[in-house]
Amino acid sequence: MEKRRTNEILLFQKRKLVFTAAAAVVILLYGMASFVTEYDTLLGLSSFPKAFKWIIVNMVPNAKALERLPNILKKLTETALLSVAVTVCAAICAFFFALLGSKTTRVNPVLAGSVRVVAAFFRNVPDVVWAILLMFSFGQNVLTGFFAMFLTTFGLLTRTFIETIDEVSNDCVEALHAAGANYMQTVFQGILPSSISEVITWILFMIETNIRSSTLIGILTGTGIGYLFDLYYKRLDYPSASLVVMSIVILVILLETISGGIRKVIL
Amino acid sequence: MPVLELKNISKTYDNVTKALQDVSITVEEGEFVSIIGPSGAGKSTLLRSVNRLVDATQGAIILDGQDITHVRGKELRRVRTKTGMIFQHYNLVNRLSVIENVLHGRLGHKSAVSGAFGFYTESEKEQAFFILERLGLTEQAYKRCDELSGGQKQRVGIARALMQEPKLILCDEPIASLDPNASRIIMDYLSDINKSMKITCLLNLHQVDVAVKYSERIIGLTAGRVTYDGPAQKLDRKMIYEIYQSHEGQLITDMKE
Ligand SMILES: Nc1ncnc2c1ncn2[C@@H]1O[C@H](COP(=O)(O)OP(=O)(O)O)[C@@H](O)[C@H]1O
Ligand SMILES: [Mg+2]
Repeated sequence: MEKRRTNEILLFQKRKLVFTAAAAVVILLYGMASFVTEYDTLLGLSSFPKAFKWIIVNMVPNAKALERLPNILKKLTETALLSVAVTVCAAICAFFFALLGSKTTRVNPVLAGSVRVVAAFFRNVPDVVWAILLMFSFGQNVLTGFFAMFLTTFGLLTRTFIETIDEVSNDCVEALHAAGANYMQTVFQGILPSSISEVITWILFMIETNIRSSTLIGILTGTGIGYLFDLYYKRLDYPSASLVVMSIVILVILLETISGGIRKVIL
Repeated sequence: MPVLELKNISKTYDNVTKALQDVSITVEEGEFVSIIGPSGAGKSTLLRSVNRLVDATQGAIILDGQDITHVRGKELRRVRTKTGMIFQHYNLVNRLSVIENVLHGRLGHKSAVSGAFGFYTESEKEQAFFILERLGLTEQAYKRCDELSGGQKQRVGIARALMQEPKLILCDEPIASLDPNASRIIMDYLSDINKSMKITCLLNLHQVDVAVKYSERIIGLTAGRVTYDGPAQKLDRKMIYEIYQSHEGQLITDMKE
């Protein structure tokens, strides 16, 4: 009994020590980072009001900006459709690659390993970097954006689909094999129905993500909504530029709501 | 002619774990045989080597007069249709409906494409509903499997196996996840299938009393070797202790007296 009490006290003391140490480390790191980058905390905080004022004065859409709304919406639709197309293409490819990479459905272990490595490579290079690299071969073109987003989406979805398939289908795959089903039948009758709702959830999520990143990529490649933003911004037409940003935000929120609804229906 | 003959089967996993050592078993048509033994004795490995979900390291497997030890591809699929399998965790595709899961029993008989896209013939569908009715699942036919109780899921598992029109049904601990009442129902169905449809049944069980009650013949497996093979009535306490490698008073069945 005595011993248990002491152990308990020791345990809590240890916890406290860990928290204190963690807090100290964070503060220290912050101090060091501020010192190195010559960042003044007080100045940083005090410039908030000024920044806000500037935003309010310069970024509120005015009548001229609203005139541009049809054009903005047209480009926005273009960008959204491109993101949907990219994501769906990437998802279909990723699903078949994931089959090769998953423990339950792989055809051969070496191939499975290489699938994982390739997926990790595509995923870990940011899409903006892909866009910059691809610009050398495709130039400022819609294709550049398409492939840049395709590669990262493909890498990310391959990995998540591998995990989904591993998680979802071990047992039923065994049963289908026992009944004499072949590979294709197991995939379409066992794995696909078991994982479809996770797959759709991920596709919806990636569509949202890709709309956001296509804005950034569009600035680089001079296409879509990113191009418009860049154009207005460089012309110092801030109200129009901010209207672009707002329309993107509204679109993404709209999409989130819709995909939330879809998820509820399928799950 | 025996339905199944295992000749000197051995299985070693990863070159270390000797799951089965020189196991020879003959099962005659229409028999109801239970395999008992402690966890890790190799019961699941034994059943899975019969339908080649596990490949034996040594020995021969003769199913329905055919040596299937090394069959592959299309022929393996055809051979597998002869053995239905029932699992402890039911192994259904939970997101699909009951009727779809039952029809999965036909996949081994169908072409790759029509099976993959779920095109079944009218007579296959009729047969599926007939089997469902027999197992008391008519009302559940269009429900998704994840809405069912454990006992119902296992009945879907049995229906799927019957849909194969198998010679032999392999059951890997069919009642280990079920409550006593559902267990009894499942065992009664299996026993009924065995008697009325003349389908041979080979079960793994870990409840000795259930095994004794339902089966004519019992096989005891201990550390990968057959330690008992004979009629259920002749299985005495001493044999049970030997199979489970334990002493009087240590087994949960001892508590009844
Ligand atoms: N896939 C596997 N890989 C490696 N070892 C395994 C595998 N499956 C079973 N084993 C081992 O083989 C032995 C027998 O297992 P199993 O056939 O599942 O026994 P039981 O069903 O009687 O509990 C155990 O020691 C187990 O750890
Ligand atoms: Mg087992």
